[in-house]
Amino acid sequence: MQSKKNERLANPYNDDKVIAACSLFGCLDITGRNFSGEGVVQAIANMHNRGNGLGGGFAVYGLYPEHKDHYAFHIMYQSRDVKAETDVFLEEHFDIIEDEEMPTKHHHPITNPPLLWRYFLLPRTEPEFHDNHVVDKVLEINKESKGAYVFSSGKNMGVFKGVGYPEDIARFFKLDDYKGYLWTAHGRFPTNTPGWWGGAHPFNLLDWTVVHNGEISSYGINRRYLEAHGYPCTLQTDTEVMAYAVDLLMRKHRLPVETACKIFAPPFWSQIDQMGPEEQNMYRTIRQVYPSLLMNGPFTVIIARHGEMLGLTDRIRLRPLTAATRGNLLYLSSEEAAIRLISPDLDRVWTPNGGEPIIGRVGAQARAQPAEGPFTEVRRK
Amino acid sequence: MKSYSLPDFLIERDDSRCIRCRVCERQCGWNVHSYDAEEDKMVHNEQDCAGCQRCAVFCPTKALIVRPHPYGYRPNANWTKDYLSDLKKQAETGSILLTGMGNDKSFPIYWDHLVLNASQVTNPSIDPLREPMELRTYLGRKPDRIEVLEDGTLKTVLAPQIKLETPILFSAMSYGAISFQAMESLARAATEFGTMFNTGEGGLPRSLRKYGKNAVVQCASGRFGVDLEYLNTGAVVEIKIGQGAKPGIGGHLPGKKVTDAISETRMIPAGTDALSPAPHHDIYSIEDLSMLIHALKEATNYEKPISVKIAAVHNAAAIASGIVRAGADIVAIDGLRGSTGAAPKSIRDNVGIPIELALAAVDTRLRQEGIRNQASIIAAGGFRCSSDIVKAIALGADAVYIGTPALIAMGCTVCQKCYSGICNWGICTTNPYLSKRLNPNIASRRLTNLLNAWSHEMKEMLGGMGVNAIESLRGNRLHLRGVGLQEWELEVLGVRGAGR
Repeated sequence: MQSKKNERLANPYNDDKVIAACSLFGCLDITGRNFSGEGVVQAIANMHNRGNGLGGGFAVYGLYPEHKDHYAFHIMYQSRDVKAETDVFLEEHFDIIEDEEMPTKHHHPITNPPLLWRYFLLPRTEPEFHDNHVVDKVLEINKESKGAYVFSSGKNMGVFKGVGYPEDIARFFKLDDYKGYLWTAHGRFPTNTPGWWGGAHPFNLLDWTVVHNGEISSYGINRRYLEAHGYPCTLQTDTEVMAYAVDLLMRKHRLPVETACKIFAPPFWSQIDQMGPEEQNMYRTIRQVYPSLLMNGPFTVIIARHGEMLGLTDRIRLRPLTAATRGNLLYLSSEEAAIRLISPDLDRVWTPNGGEPIIGRVGAQARAQPAEGPFTEVRRK
Repeated sequence: MKSYSLPDFLIERDDSRCIRCRVCERQCGWNVHSYDAEEDKMVHNEQDCAGCQRCAVFCPTKALIVRPHPYGYRPNANWTKDYLSDLKKQAETGSILLTGMGNDKSFPIYWDHLVLNASQVTNPSIDPLREPMELRTYLGRKPDRIEVLEDGTLKTVLAPQIKLETPILFSAMSYGAISFQAMESLARAATEFGTMFNTGEGGLPRSLRKYGKNAVVQCASGRFGVDLEYLNTGAVVEIKIGQGAKPGIGGHLPGKKVTDAISETRMIPAGTDALSPAPHHDIYSIEDLSMLIHALKEATNYEKPISVKIAAVHNAAAIASGIVRAGADIVAIDGLRGSTGAAPKSIRDNVGIPIELALAAVDTRLRQEGIRNQASIIAAGGFRCSSDIVKAIALGADAVYIGTPALIAMGCTVCQKCYSGICNWGICTTNPYLSKRLNPNIASRRLTNLLNAWSHEMKEMLGGMGVNAIESLRGNRLHLRGVGLQEWELEVLGVRGAGR
């Protein structure tokens, strides 16, 4: 690989020592038009050195239009036996519309993959309880089962991930065969958890996905809070708490995404003290009620769900994030170079402030929220 | 009866340094020092010396050394000097032994077996000299979630909250137990720093009511000084059920400390003993507590959080849960090493459990029951330095009460004679000759300095752990590790052993 060679050339001691961090990339077409992920794979591969080959993955939205009303489960199994047990569980709680082994291609750097299976499911409950049902069952399988792990569970979207560099994971899963209107990607440099297939990003619940770069220093209390609210944290990673926090705030507490961002990365008290009375009350209340969901310490996340992509850093921006627009496309990336590689002429490229969410929505304009004042809109040409 | 007791302290006077200025004589409320005019010599009788070091500190020529008496009893691991001399005193008086301050026995101090984390490489530490670092804390009941209206405005209205600029409040110390000057110093320091002082159970003198916005006003079993105006003067009303130094028993302010001013504030006749009963006579069950909580909310027009303070006892977690369900907005837990102005020594030294274990158990229990957000937790009893406080917050406290550290800042040397009415430092006395030596201008400055110093240190520790807001540490036990603790202790504390 080109980048690997470069690294060798640049390192006179040839000791394979790689100084790096996680890489994130996201791309949304705000018209909702599907496109191939070729560019996304190129872009994330360009940030090869930010990962260490212990995890890579992609989330693709809009890839199963023929099954858009069915929950698409991607499950990793350690053995056929575990699959048999899990199939019984799934049959008990869902109508299995279709299932198949996920198409993969033998690709040298990817070794010892688990058994990967894809299901299209309908919950056996009233429609209004479908989402809750799916969340309960996914958490149950991931917590109780030894050797089965649901890593994707949304409708008309899918997560593809594993141990390897993201570009190798893309080949392994034959991502060339899929098209989506929203892609996120992740290259991993695990520090506090071992590299394993389930631990790769994106993390997913329903159609929410999270890719994350960072190590949240407030993890201990974030986790305790979420566990007390019915989210057993099984994966030993801070990305998992981010995914559950998003689900709790936006699905269960029905808060708008802007509010959720301000819970994760609130303004400082010194800033709040300067605001008008109404805004002050809003932010003070947010911090008083959700102190345990302040995500403190370095992070950048790209959070996505159908029709929406969001980039956010911690409030003092201890991890990088670059945003850019080109025509109908909104890009989010750890490095500007990765965007420039696939789209040299950008309409606008900028570095958001710490804690300032960058939100792109299908059918709307990409919106950037500056640190102060009302939303401004980044209009597409 | 001839007393068989040996003095506790030995006084050594360097006569070559002594200039006969008689400062020691005037400073000592115990009349230990005196001047022999015939011999032109300072003499002393150390039998009553409390070892408070007032004379040694104020001796202009540093001619005095006061140190523990090298008594001559035969060394005995079982019959130590304390037991021998206590027993002799009781044989001479037939009375309960009284003492002051907190438990001085060598129970395990868990703070010294907990170590803090710091960020290295994978997450950066944050430099409080260059980045904002937030200690601001709000106490009071919080809802489970907020609701936002369609137009983005907030629908949720919170129950009353009190704002602290640092998660440190001054513990309950009543007027009468401490001097007016000491109380004024605490009130002024709390106001200046943006935190709270606590009136204790002795009411709030009229001239200090201007500090009401920074006062926690207590309503204890004796109801001293409690009326509608008093309740509405404070920012928080605290029902005092128990105290860490003397769980299960009431208070006793001897009549000789009840001066005219104290009689007016406490609303009792001058010179009478102020006895607060062991239980509240209107609280014999949790439902009675609930009624008092709501009566106080009615009386204060639902504008003030109601706190309930208990001593840390064996069943503290279940009791705290009941208190929260009874409607309290704040639960204060006072541990084994909490101090007092006066308590029977047998109680102070043997009743209750360490605050570290009680705090961890209460926080865990409230989270298990999903009601942790319904009340703030204030931990009290035994904090000696800023790192103790940081550890308490990591265990789950919202804030802490400090009593002894505040007294020490004002001059106290923990001589444990608070019950006597004599305090050479002017803190724990109502004798005007002694109390006027405590200058509130200076004492309040010493207190704000202490808050300042500890807050800075806490910011350094927070930054080291890679977080820039105190709430990211609160209940974050992953930032703690245990050293030299047994499995059960780690389990109660909810902390992993170091290296794990």
